Amino acid sequence: MATSVLGHATEQVVAGERGGLVGWLTTVDHKKIGIMYGAWAFIFFLIGGLEALLIRIQLGSPESSFLSPELYNQLFTMHGTTMIFLGVMPFSAMYFNYMIPLQLGARDVAFPRLNAFSLWVFVLGGLFLNASFLFNAAPNGGWFGYANLSSKQYSPGLNMDFWVMGLQILGIASLAAGVNFFVTILNLRAPGMKMMRMPMFVWASFITQLLVLLSFPVITVALIYLMVDRTFGTHFFVPSGGGDPMLWQHLFWVFGHPEVYILILPSFGIISEIMPVFSRKPLFGYAAMVFATGFIAFLGFGVWSHHMFATGMGPLADTFFSLATMLIAIPTGVKIFNWLGTAWGGSLQFRTPLYFAFGFIAMFIMGGLSGVMHSVAPADLQQTDTYFIVAHFHYVLFGGAIFALTAGAYYWWPKMFGRMLDERIGKLHFWLMLIGFNLTFFPMHLVGLHGMPRRVYTYQAGLGFEVYNQIETLGSFVLAISLLVFMYNILRTWRRGEAASADPWNGATLEWAIPSPPPAFNFAEVPHVEARDALWEMKRKAGGRLPEPPRASGAGIHMPGPSWWPLWTATGILLFFVGFLVMGKVGGPWVAVAGGLFTAFCIFRWAFEPVDAH
Amino acid sequence: MSAAHAEALEHPTATGIDNRKLAIWTFIGSECLFFASLISTYLVYHARMKGGPGPYPHDPWTAPDGRVYEQIFEIPLVTFGTALLLFSSFFVVMALNGAQRGNRKQLLTWLGLTIVCGLFFVGMQVYEFTHFVHKGLGYTTNLFASSFYTLTGFHGSHVTMGVIWLVTLFILALRGKLPKEKALNLEIAALYWHFVDVVWIVIFPVVYLMR
Repeated sequence: MATSVLGHATEQVVAGERGGLVGWLTTVDHKKIGIMYGAWAFIFFLIGGLEALLIRIQLGSPESSFLSPELYNQLFTMHGTTMIFLGVMPFSAMYFNYMIPLQLGARDVAFPRLNAFSLWVFVLGGLFLNASFLFNAAPNGGWFGYANLSSKQYSPGLNMDFWVMGLQILGIASLAAGVNFFVTILNLRAPGMKMMRMPMFVWASFITQLLVLLSFPVITVALIYLMVDRTFGTHFFVPSGGGDPMLWQHLFWVFGHPEVYILILPSFGIISEIMPVFSRKPLFGYAAMVFATGFIAFLGFGVWSHHMFATGMGPLADTFFSLATMLIAIPTGVKIFNWLGTAWGGSLQFRTPLYFAFGFIAMFIMGGLSGVMHSVAPADLQQTDTYFIVAHFHYVLFGGAIFALTAGAYYWWPKMFGRMLDERIGKLHFWLMLIGFNLTFFPMHLVGLHGMPRRVYTYQAGLGFEVYNQIETLGSFVLAISLLVFMYNILRTWRRGEAASADPWNGATLEWAIPSPPPAFNFAEVPHVEARDALWEMKRKAGGRLPEPPRASGAGIHMPGPSWWPLWTATGILLFFVGFLVMGKVGGPWVAVAGGLFTAFCIFRWAFEPVDAH
Repeated sequence: MSAAHAEALEHPTATGIDNRKLAIWTFIGSECLFFASLISTYLVYHARMKGGPGPYPHDPWTAPDGRVYEQIFEIPLVTFGTALLLFSSFFVVMALNGAQRGNRKQLLTWLGLTIVCGLFFVGMQVYEFTHFVHKGLGYTTNLFASSFYTLTGFHGSHVTMGVIWLVTLFILALRGKLPKEKALNLEIAALYWHFVDVVWIVIFPVVYLMR
């Protein structure tokens, strides 16, 4: 986009920035990194979706032999692992990368090269996990990797080794990004942007990073134990050697429950951006929203054992974790009412992002209600391991996270690519997705209560499960079609979409103050923030229009130059874990040593590389 | 680094704290949970010494060399190593003071001492581990062994990383590339060093002293 409504000269002043493939591989621009996060997440999301379709075909009829039980185990494990670590998390990371610096009024993140490092570690980790299919050894012990199922004795192949190493690699990416965005949000706020003036999406992201920083180390340790159990023969989770499989469950869910909020809080943030803009009204209860988000995160560390009611922890623990879980409904309810309060009396603009936002609120309420049902330990005992649970977490993760992330896609697409996604196709996408989603997942509540167990590759005829499963399978194909509609919308927009102005939605936040797509340096002059909803305030002062840019061009602004070292360091880490994967084979330990040394070498080259290359 | 670049990325931070310093504090916060998980596991598993040596005097066992032992730890040696590590935290503060005042001699002396202490601690751990293996405590012998080696081994690898970091800064200082204006580079390494030290202050009593 050479021209924009603002008339900015958008010459890109980046020292040594290269074009083409090399440009993408070496970039440290948060916007390009964000786009790559999104593109890779979409590829992995399609793979995870394909796995889901195969699962649904298998379950579409009783006693089907479409998939073997072994393959089915691999598919449901990889579906869960993929959607969580390679789908929803990196989709959120796309918005963190692209939008947080813009919403803060910053020119990049605090550590641009570390940001590129996170991206490449994530990409290589995702490819590593999926490479397991090539060896016919995809992980098969569930995304939760419960001990015993994951031990060498019961899972002798490389399957769970791929899972352990893959998650370990992805954890490094998340932790590096966690440090980066935590510092970015605290330190790179434009002058005047106090914490309580930050856009709600930034707040939600900030608290998400806090959860990442405090929960990922725990699964890192759990995965280390599992790794040495499997590789060196220790007995951390092996009962025959005195180990306790329950330790795995505790460590896993101390990470696993905060992880649930890592998946959903960014989506809460996106909805909190969309509701005010399309209601033409500031967010209702901003402070309450901030504190509710913090409270959810805090409680999130005290409820892990509600995933373990069936393990027999005793009445005291059951009671504590029941009550703590029920408490979470309060801050979540605050959020729901705040979104509704924002819409109430507003001048609602029924554009596609608002459709998806309302879809999110409705579906998330349903997922939240079944969640409250699980918090009652005796009821949970009836629901554990049935399709009722599958229904619940798809209502919060698909009905919640995916609806919100899609809302974000329609909302921010014009900013990221300079073109508007088509509204009519977008609404078709919404209705197909809403119908497909409910067809797929609502019957799971019923069939679950009728006793259909999850994670089992088939069921017998005559148990009354057939009709529900047929509807679910039908629904999953409607969902697939809705995704095709979305992809058609993207393609169409790419070729002949309507050009987007800098501020097509009358936005409240700073990303809408600059051209679409933004120049490499983002802001020619760092903005001064005087209120919450900073851009609305600026426009009000400028008589209802976008204020004239104070400086026309970005000439003279130097951004950090590109670097190969983030990608190479990520490669070294991959090599290190590949070494552990083949530890038992000839030369395996040497691969790990080589990977470790190469990583160290790259870190040194990185540390001594001049920051801007002229 | 041009003035324009300074404007681009290093405009005064919103908190007034340097980005890198805030990052190391953030990283340290995250590391707390890492060590908390390792320490908790040790607490759960330290008394599970089925089929081999354990941390406290208990049923004697015969080591591969034929000698009979009742407990495995050698508290005096570890206490000495602990003391050195504690002192090294003081030494690195003196080194930082030298760096901040541009006193290269002070910087090199105290930084050198810090590195020596760190190396001694790592050496002590290598000796301890080898000694334990000779007494019949392999990594997989029992759960006490696995959780002990994993906990102290990860702490030791953190000390090793710290030593490598400090040696790098020492070489830079020798070449005159750690002037007053770059004292922050040492301050960040020192924060990490203090953290590794503080973690040991928790590990030492939990592992070696607590019954």
